[in-house]
Amino acid sequence: MNAPGKKLRAKYFAPTLYIIFLMTPIYWLLTMSLKTNQEILSAFSLWPKNPTLANYIVIFTDASWYSGYINSMIYVSMNTVISVMAALPAAYAFSRHRFLGDKHIFFWLLTNRMAPPAVFALPFFQLYSSIGLFDTHIAVALAHTLFNIPLAIWILEGFMSGVPREIDETAYIDGYSFPKFFVKIFTPLIASGIGVAAFFCFMFSWVELLIARTLTSVAAKPIAAVMTRTVSASGLDWGVLAAAGILTILPGALVIWFVRHHIARGFALGRV
Amino acid sequence: MQKTHDHKALWLVAPALLLVAFTAVIPLMTVVNYSVQDTFGNNQFFWVGAEWYREILQSDRFHAAFLRQIAFSATVLAIEIPLGLAIALSMPKKGISVSVCLVLMALPLLIPWNVVGTIWQIFARVDIGLLGYTLNGLGVDYNYTQNVGAAWATLIIMDVWHWTSLVVLLCYAGLVAIPPVYYQAARIDGASRWAVFRYIELPKMSRVLLIAVLLRFMDSFMIYTEPFVVTGGGPGNATTFLSVDLVKMAIGQFDLGPAAALSVIYFLIVILVSWAFYTIMTREDFEPSGGVR
Repeated sequence: MNAPGKKLRAKYFAPTLYIIFLMTPIYWLLTMSLKTNQEILSAFSLWPKNPTLANYIVIFTDASWYSGYINSMIYVSMNTVISVMAALPAAYAFSRHRFLGDKHIFFWLLTNRMAPPAVFALPFFQLYSSIGLFDTHIAVALAHTLFNIPLAIWILEGFMSGVPREIDETAYIDGYSFPKFFVKIFTPLIASGIGVAAFFCFMFSWVELLIARTLTSVAAKPIAAVMTRTVSASGLDWGVLAAAGILTILPGALVIWFVRHHIARGFALGRV
Repeated sequence: MQKTHDHKALWLVAPALLLVAFTAVIPLMTVVNYSVQDTFGNNQFFWVGAEWYREILQSDRFHAAFLRQIAFSATVLAIEIPLGLAIALSMPKKGISVSVCLVLMALPLLIPWNVVGTIWQIFARVDIGLLGYTLNGLGVDYNYTQNVGAAWATLIIMDVWHWTSLVVLLCYAGLVAIPPVYYQAARIDGASRWAVFRYIELPKMSRVLLIAVLLRFMDSFMIYTEPFVVTGGGPGNATTFLSVDLVKMAIGQFDLGPAAALSVIYFLIVILVSWAFYTIMTREDFEPSGGVR
């Protein structure tokens, strides 16, 4: 305790080192996105000699690039809304009631979070082709509910169980009907839980590629799949590829900033 | 928490059940259907019973992919869990630095998985990547497209980079939930740092640690996109994990029967292991909610 300054520095050593380890590859991607392809291939340098935004301009002016971002945003938003809306009443039921087969249903729902996407890729393709939804945003949004609804239920149920039962009972005595109680009283109480659940649905739908790529060809192609095409087709334009990568990191960074106060509890699925 | 028996609550679960049934049960039945039939094209199918299962379970290719998968999952768990725990223990507990730490650490978790692959593919390249270039400059023979050891090391470091933060965030959530009273009591007793960790922090974090192990096991066992982008399963088949192998079989070679049988076996393994974790996790307070409060 006699040298607090030194102790403080020693204490933050590990997190600082870890953050440097996390940021280095991202920094490398950022510098590459600011270089021309010629500079990348000709000389090795730790920072761009002549920083240029040319790679970003390519992305923002080429519809096959920027439509990928729009497509991803559309199906991710649809999926988040569907998953949270379906999970809310279900989570309430698991949190408040016992009913026929509740534990089995809960575990069965969770098993879908554990299902390897590779198992589902081909059957999804056949299912959504046969009902005429192939290459639509709603197909990807529905397919992603496979792992997002179970996750949302799990998170929301954790947050809901933290709300005392007495609140429900008091509301019913006061003459609230269930829907009115749920919307007016209960939902505001678990607002942070809903935010965290929405964040996780956003996150897992945003980062998933295998299913999203299998279910789309042109009209709903996600940005992640546009990037793989560029790798295989040219394999050369590293600058544009790096710029596209940086642009896929931004939405995540923005969303994290909004939920930063709840993120730790959210990652523990509301059960701390 | 006291729960009431109310079978009408099933109606509240119905929308979620229907949606998940549509997205999970129908495709899963398709897979099971393929796994017991053979086809000679023309959409004609023949019942073959358990033949594909026998073939897969006896094939060297499955054994090799399975062993690689186990080795990969075990390695990343053995690194990420202790590392994540150690970083969570050394994180600041309050102030603006907490938000900064959490946001920066969570960043890799929100990068699309193939972009994670792309980042590492670029970063580890020997010609234009910082890591590959530096290592070769230092005289280390490193090339992840040719060298098996380098390919494995790249994938493991990439996974540590990608997912250790999840363990950190989980452990951190567990740590900040410990009431200060416990630490005060420990100080009065003159407990050492190790004793505080061993008898206060570790037991209080056991639950989040289990969640961390469960999530990391599931996700590392299903890994597909990142190795596919970085190594494509190579060099040779050195990094062909189960999912990579499955996609090769189903979409590359279009061997529907064996691929479907492999899918079912794969899914069963994941469920079995996850069920074991889940049972341990909820043993003390078996409620879907659980929750130590």
